[in-house]
Amino acid sequence: MKNKKPKLAVFKLSSCDGCQLSILDAEDELLAVLGAVDIAYFPEASSRMLPGPYDIGLIEGSVTTPHDVELARQIRKDCKVLITIGACATAGGIQALRNWKDVKEFTKIVYAHPQYISTLDRSMPVASFIHVDFELRGCPVNKYQLIDVIVAYLNNKKPNITSHSVCMECKQKGNVCVMVAHGTPCLGPVTQTGCGSICPSYDRGCYGCFGPMDSPNTSSLARNIEARGETKYDIMLAFRGFNAYSEPFRKESEVYEK
Amino acid sequence: MKNRTIKVDYLARVEGEGALYIKIKNGEVDDVKLKIFEPPRFFEAFLRDRKYSEAPDITARICGICPIAYQMSAVNAIENAFGQVPGGQIRELRRLIYCGEWIESHTLHLYMLHAPDFLGYPDVVHMAKDFPEVVEKALKLKRIGNDIVKTIGGREIHPINVKVGGFYKVPQKKDLKQLREDLLWARDAAIDTVKFTSTLTFPDFEQDYEFVSLCHDIEYPFNEGRIKSNKGLDISVEEYDFNFIEEHVEYSHALHSRLRARDNYFLGPIARYNLNYDKLSPIVKQVASDLKLPREINNPFKSIIVRGLETLYACDEAIRIIDQYEKPDEPSIQINPIEATGNGASEAPRGMLYHRYRINEEGLIMDAKIVPPTSQNQKTIEKDLKHFIPSRVNLPEKELVLQCEQAVRNYDPCISCATHFLKLHVEKEN
Repeated sequence: MKNKKPKLAVFKLSSCDGCQLSILDAEDELLAVLGAVDIAYFPEASSRMLPGPYDIGLIEGSVTTPHDVELARQIRKDCKVLITIGACATAGGIQALRNWKDVKEFTKIVYAHPQYISTLDRSMPVASFIHVDFELRGCPVNKYQLIDVIVAYLNNKKPNITSHSVCMECKQKGNVCVMVAHGTPCLGPVTQTGCGSICPSYDRGCYGCFGPMDSPNTSSLARNIEARGETKYDIMLAFRGFNAYSEPFRKESEVYEK
Repeated sequence: MKNRTIKVDYLARVEGEGALYIKIKNGEVDDVKLKIFEPPRFFEAFLRDRKYSEAPDITARICGICPIAYQMSAVNAIENAFGQVPGGQIRELRRLIYCGEWIESHTLHLYMLHAPDFLGYPDVVHMAKDFPEVVEKALKLKRIGNDIVKTIGGREIHPINVKVGGFYKVPQKKDLKQLREDLLWARDAAIDTVKFTSTLTFPDFEQDYEFVSLCHDIEYPFNEGRIKSNKGLDISVEEYDFNFIEEHVEYSHALHSRLRARDNYFLGPIARYNLNYDKLSPIVKQVASDLKLPREINNPFKSIIVRGLETLYACDEAIRIIDQYEKPDEPSIQINPIEATGNGASEAPRGMLYHRYRINEEGLIMDAKIVPPTSQNQKTIEKDLKHFIPSRVNLPEKELVLQCEQAVRNYDPCISCATHFLKLHVEKEN
């Protein structure tokens, strides 16, 4: 009997595995979600690895080696729909901090024999090299958003992922604003929602792990934080985090560079 | 069977990217390489010039499976540098969040990554068709571990509430009530887990290992203790660098660790169990004794049973912590950074994780060294294979590959973190 379930593949480039782990962390929904597809390629979860083509491909991690570039191109050829999951795949991830440094120096710091290491000068988002059908934000992704995206594509629909700021969600939760009430620097006003505004709910400022919202006014926020007495260096560090190489955060961090 | 080369280009059901290369010459194992081709991510390099307070958030990103371990080793090292260590309920809450990580990580590995090997399935979804109740129970147990991490840490992966000096916000007593209810169920599920693992069939394979783990005077170790081994090692965490060295080998992006005085060593659940059996709670000892498990285990395949026992311990310990919990007045102690170097270790589910930071007077990190458990176990994994293969050399290739992969998965290797170790004294070579 021919298996008509859509074939799902999960790929990994340079990353911590946390975003693909979000699938396995959806304990209550896992068997239903994975039961609706044929897991054709998901090495973290299964030793059964079938060749492409695949109906849906999820790709985690940033492009950091020449091999990653080739791999990304092959993955694009193999997948009908390709979705990047997480800050590494959509913005270069935390490892993009190398992009402002000399990677040769970095290699020397970490490795005794730098000549054994093959790496690119930069850590880049997947979409810099190939066409991507949908980018899901987050470091890590929100597992419910991830399920929504998979289910949407299984049903030939466009995912309904909101792109407004963390502040909207924070207000809906009834949180007291940590910036207004306590003077705590917070990237919430320029960061895309999706995390559940957890940092302000835990009495700390948002550190931007979901990356920039649609049309963020980063310079206004930066000036506001500066007026509260933060140093230029601290502002640079705040924008240069898990989504450092997303364009709005990258540009703002460069304004405050030493 | 004379000469053959076995290559596993992509090891499945481990975290991160690794490959296996085994060369057999004249029926003897000529070469074994566990190749870690996960790209380097340079954490030690870009931690430089970052604020000490960012270390728990940044180092969490080394590993999505055990972010708590990275956060805890980081806070331990930085608090050691500043000479300011929180006690009381903050210390207890740190043990509690670690219990959550052990429960979710051990359950994930045990049922979803390792059990399929013993039962002959490619993955847990296929296994669920024949063992629906076992898998559903496993998923619930795993979720309860994640619920602890989420309640205290804010979310399961890369929690946001761990801070140098304590937490940003501590839970109310009532926030932990539901967890307690669930943990009573989880404790029974963990007992069933141990029983289930003890019915599996284990290859006859025992080695004379040097086991290393943190050892605390009165507790089963999470965050504190001296570093001890069954072969006489007994040092403080500050002495780690004098006793362990890392070597860079051509075929792997992860450095190989060994004891300076001897050679390879073995970290993780079996090491903790063998060195700290006395510190397990009565219920765990009772279950171990009912199943006639020895107090010392030398078969790495039986790590799956010990993961079950440690899951049971973590459920029991979590209940103890919740029962005595009183919300502290402050969520963290006031931290005053000074120019200093600090060392910290904690027991990740896969074994001891060591961090060291040098911090300047402004509180910026000058250099960092991070040694994950998998890099420390790498040499032992390779040696296991060298000793494991000879009596199985005539097996059909498919079967031999499967058994070798299973031997690697005994260690629950977490390869995405095994990529970024700072060798402090950089060798000068042309």
